[in-house]
Amino acid sequence: MKHLLSAADLSYEDAIRVLDTAKQLAAATEQGVGKLPPLRGRTVVNLFYEDSTRTRISFEAAAKRLSADVINFSAKGSSVSKGESLKDTALTLEAMGADAVVIRHNSSGAPHRLANAGWISGGVVNAGDGTHEHPTQALLDAFTLRNHLRNGTGDLKGVNVTIVGDVLHSRVARSNVLLLNTLGAKVRLVAPPTLLPYGVEDWDCEVSYDLDASLEGSDAVMMLRVQRERMNAAYFPNAHEYSSRYGLNVTRMNRLSESAIVMHPGPMNRGMEISADVADSDRSVIVEQVANGVSVRMAVLYLILGGSESM
Amino acid sequence: MTHDFEPPGHVVLDSSDISRALTRLAHEIVERTHGASNLTLMGIPTRGAFLATRLGEKISAIQGSPVSVGAIDITMYRDDLRSRPARALLPTTIPIEGIEGRLVILVDDVLFSGRTIRAALDALSEHGRPELVQLAVLVDRGHRELPIRADYVGKNLPTSRTEKIQVNLIEHDGIDEVRIERES
Repeated sequence: MKHLLSAADLSYEDAIRVLDTAKQLAAATEQGVGKLPPLRGRTVVNLFYEDSTRTRISFEAAAKRLSADVINFSAKGSSVSKGESLKDTALTLEAMGADAVVIRHNSSGAPHRLANAGWISGGVVNAGDGTHEHPTQALLDAFTLRNHLRNGTGDLKGVNVTIVGDVLHSRVARSNVLLLNTLGAKVRLVAPPTLLPYGVEDWDCEVSYDLDASLEGSDAVMMLRVQRERMNAAYFPNAHEYSSRYGLNVTRMNRLSESAIVMHPGPMNRGMEISADVADSDRSVIVEQVANGVSVRMAVLYLILGGSESM
Repeated sequence: MTHDFEPPGHVVLDSSDISRALTRLAHEIVERTHGASNLTLMGIPTRGAFLATRLGEKISAIQGSPVSVGAIDITMYRDDLRSRPARALLPTTIPIEGIEGRLVILVDDVLFSGRTIRAALDALSEHGRPELVQLAVLVDRGHRELPIRADYVGKNLPTSRTEKIQVNLIEHDGIDEVRIERES
């Protein structure tokens, strides 16, 4: 693995390799091994053009637990705010000897450009680009699903995953649909028509406007954050209307099968897409998703940087 | 028997040789550790872990009390990580008693350069400080590159560097045998 730009780049075998590697790394963390040696002497740059708390911290923790040196570069308060282009930033990072660049950018396709323009020689990991993709989020969601469903055997074939909410602005949904299909799961997207992207009928999944009709038969329900910062138009009448039709509350949660889990990529709008008592319930694996994020990102960094250069 | 499907090389230890060697190793371990109650066997995956389990069963039978058995993956501690694409990680299992203050015996299939054992010692130290660490191997083929030796050896097999020793175990390979192959 040289880069991780899209969940679509991962074959079934690749995805399983990342998830199995993450499992061993999670076990090491559980056994109290705080630091592992394989990336000693390697430099990972976190290049964040967009605000992020958990993803940046998660990548930073992952790199540090593998003994890599970490340089955090956020657009705010850097040369980017003085107008430096992505290319010049990339050339600077290359000159500083970055072995891998973890990039979050508000433009879809920026990681692909960074990986393929010849500006840098190291690996590129997409940590979220615009409304396009967020492959490590999809991997951590798949990791969480593997832990909880099918008695932890890791087989997601035929598992029903329902993704609810703002699919239009969600890179998480797109990456999840791609990866879950690769892993053999069945995905259903549930959203108001205004929050579904153009061309969603060509995605490899079912689409529904009705949350209540989608609850039974779901093995996992993934609630997406309503991304108010990306909304320049009125996609739904008001917050109350949205949460009454598409929010997950206790009444709806109780209609799920007993073994079904509730997921959310965070940050949550409590009371909007998910009620507080659902978020804090036994079925919610939201905090565990965060912990799994570190293990999965460790696996990605290990597979990109832990061996010889070429692969 | 046709030779067409015979794997390369020839068998130097068959199933009953391996079983006898392990039985002898188990007796030696009990003798030299005086039936210590804080004994922990740590196998190095893949095949060392299976051997540790087998040795554990034999020692338990001799002592009449269970022996704690675990596995320690050395992949991330290798000194040649950069020579190949990232390797798959194998499971590490630490027995509930841990390894702190225990008498730990590392178990592996073949002792060659000693680099695996060096890595295992590093990996082990992340999990605690054993009272004593010893090494048991099924085959010692020589050619050490580090100051490491085995405390318990199933079989010494003098080899040339161009030869390859392949240990097959029922748990992983469907057959118990040790083969020696001349590298072409």
